Amino acid sequence: MIDTRVNIAGVELKNPVMTASGTFGSGMEYSEFVDLSRLGGVVTKGVADVPWPGNPTPRVAETTGGMLNAIGLQNPGIDVFCKRDIPFLKQHDTKIMVNVCGHSTEEYLRVVERLASEPVDLLEINISCPNVKEGGIAFGQDPKAVETITREVKKVAAQPVVMKLSPNVTDITVMARAAEAGGADAVSLINTLTGMKIDVERQTFALANKTGGMSGPAVKPVAVRMVYQVAQSVNIPIIGMGGIATAEDALEFILAGATAVSVGTANFFNPYATVEIAEGIENYMKRHNIEKLTDLIGAVH
Amino acid sequence: MKVKEKCIVISQDCIAKDIYSLWLKTDKIAAQARPGQFVSVYCNDGGHLLPRPISLCEINQEKGTLRLVYRVVGKGTEMFAALKAGDSVEVLGPLGNGFPMEEAEGKRVFLIGGGIGVPPMLETAKQLKGEPVLVMGYRDELFLTDEMKKAGELVIATEDGSAGTKGNVLDAIRENDLKADMIFACGPKPMLRALKAYGLENNIPCYVSMEERMACGVGACLGCVCQSTEVDDHSQVKNKRVCKDGPVFLSTEVEL
Ligand SMILES: Cc1cc2nc3c(=O)[nH]c(=O)nc-3n(C[C@H](O)[C@H](O)[C@H](O)COP(=O)(O)OP(=O)(O)OC[C@H]3O[C@@H](n4cnc5c(N)ncnc54)[C@H](O)[C@@H]3O)c2cc1C
Ligand SMILES: Cc1cc2nc3c(=O)[nH]c(=O)nc-3n(C[C@H](O)[C@H](O)[C@H](O)COP(=O)(O)O)c2cc1C
Ligand code: FES
Repeated sequence: MIDTRVNIAGVELKNPVMTASGTFGSGMEYSEFVDLSRLGGVVTKGVADVPWPGNPTPRVAETTGGMLNAIGLQNPGIDVFCKRDIPFLKQHDTKIMVNVCGHSTEEYLRVVERLASEPVDLLEINISCPNVKEGGIAFGQDPKAVETITREVKKVAAQPVVMKLSPNVTDITVMARAAEAGGADAVSLINTLTGMKIDVERQTFALANKTGGMSGPAVKPVAVRMVYQVAQSVNIPIIGMGGIATAEDALEFILAGATAVSVGTANFFNPYATVEIAEGIENYMKRHNIEKLTDLIGAVH
Repeated sequence: MKVKEKCIVISQDCIAKDIYSLWLKTDKIAAQARPGQFVSVYCNDGGHLLPRPISLCEINQEKGTLRLVYRVVGKGTEMFAALKAGDSVEVLGPLGNGFPMEEAEGKRVFLIGGGIGVPPMLETAKQLKGEPVLVMGYRDELFLTDEMKKAGELVIATEDGSAGTKGNVLDAIRENDLKADMIFACGPKPMLRALKAYGLENNIPCYVSMEERMACGVGACLGCVCQSTEVDDHSQVKNKRVCKDGPVFLSTEVEL
């Protein structure tokens, strides 16, 4: 018998495979390709207290082995989200992690409070979006700010709180420890790495926002390193992400210390990626005679 | 249902300078496809990960085949141009909404293509249950005109005047004193903008096929939005997804 279950702050996932915020909407679109009930969890696009229009286009650009995005956290606002997206996700046998964004502490708290009475399992607080002018990453690059916002969110949250960390810092373990000190139940990493692409023919920026967040296979080694470092520095679970496209990629993160993983950009070039990764992990466990997935977490250190 | 599948190349021809015509055998995509929809074509090199959206130029549902006609403009299309009969290529589709064919029934419809917006108008003309009037604008070299002629009345505009009206598609409409009940169009933004104005002046509905950079192609990432005139129901802001809510929009729904 193979046991792929993992536990994040008391929430049991049937397997460690989740989706990465912003790449999977609220699951509706990709449910045409994959059975969401096969996933450990679905992580939604960041949602704010009111609708956000996001950035001008072009919002996406390809880079070798990855991509840049500057969506700017376009979202329909928490009211429509609660009415439409949560009921959709509730039809599936999977855990729901809602990604929360805001420009200010108050905005984050309004969303977290509103979600307190909703049937969602986990909250992921995005303090690391490089694509919005205020809020987002401003919270994620200062350990004091990370600790404070974590503490504020924890006061009003009804669900376990996962703080999503930015890789755009000198030492990510400082931020992870700050989140832990603030009472975070878990951390997730990495968000995108700030990058830029210039269109040499037109001599302009490839993205209207000039800079964008880099994601996809090209960032994976950086992400694995950061997950490993954070695993050595905190005692709370880690959700690892950044370039995961195959079961082997996911296992790298787990062996480095992640309890669960999120699959993002890979959905864009393989809409079946999430379920294929879940199946691949099972096959790996069979091949290696591993009964419990939890035995693999942080096994390489 | 949308699927991603490995398609087999049946044939590929260069039909004009940098313009290629690719016939693909599909398992499931062609059978469900409609005019004005598109597919995402993938590069297989591991470095170019995002899909290339390409419109359906012809659909053969019985044979399960699709024809794509595209211009080589960058790395991806360069790789596609090297595909030979028997090769395989990953394709996701069918994507987007397509033209509102039911609304065109019994009507005289301008099918207007500009540049690399010409290809989707071929299947649209073939399936239109009305009277298609094809107006195609080219820079200089013509392509797909033989097939277009078979599908309906065809007028041509070229920028250099080497064929048909010298000028753009609207110049060709005026020179030939053409009239229609509605417009379906695909092409560069300035052309769509002019057609939107023409539609408003003449009080006829104008449907335009829009273009934007894409990542998911299925409506999940919000990469490909265009500005809408009203607050959109899905997004709750004045944004619509070209890949999912479009690529075809009523011209008055979107900012051009
Ligand atoms: C709905 C839709 C239908 C289209 N139909 C056709 C068609 O039938 N025939 C045709 O020749 N072209 C079509 N295009 C444009 C086509 O997608 C681009 O020319 C193509 O993606 C360029 O890829 P590349 O790798 O050669 O260029 P590169 O510049 O190397 O591409 C880099 C990245 O930018 C994207 N990109 C570049 N140009 C465009 C563009 N104009 N629109 C969207 N993404 C772009 C690519 O997909 C890729 O991710 C369509 C675009 C859209 C949105
Ligand atoms: C198009 C796009 C949109 C994203 N939107 C969000 C978001 O709303 N909130 C968030 O916390 N992270 C967002 N991210 C970051 C991803 O969740 C993830 O952290 C990052 O992309 C690395 O994983 P990947 O390489 O598997 O994509 C987004 C990423 C992409 C590519
Ligand atoms: S390309 Fe992702 S929403 Fe259109």
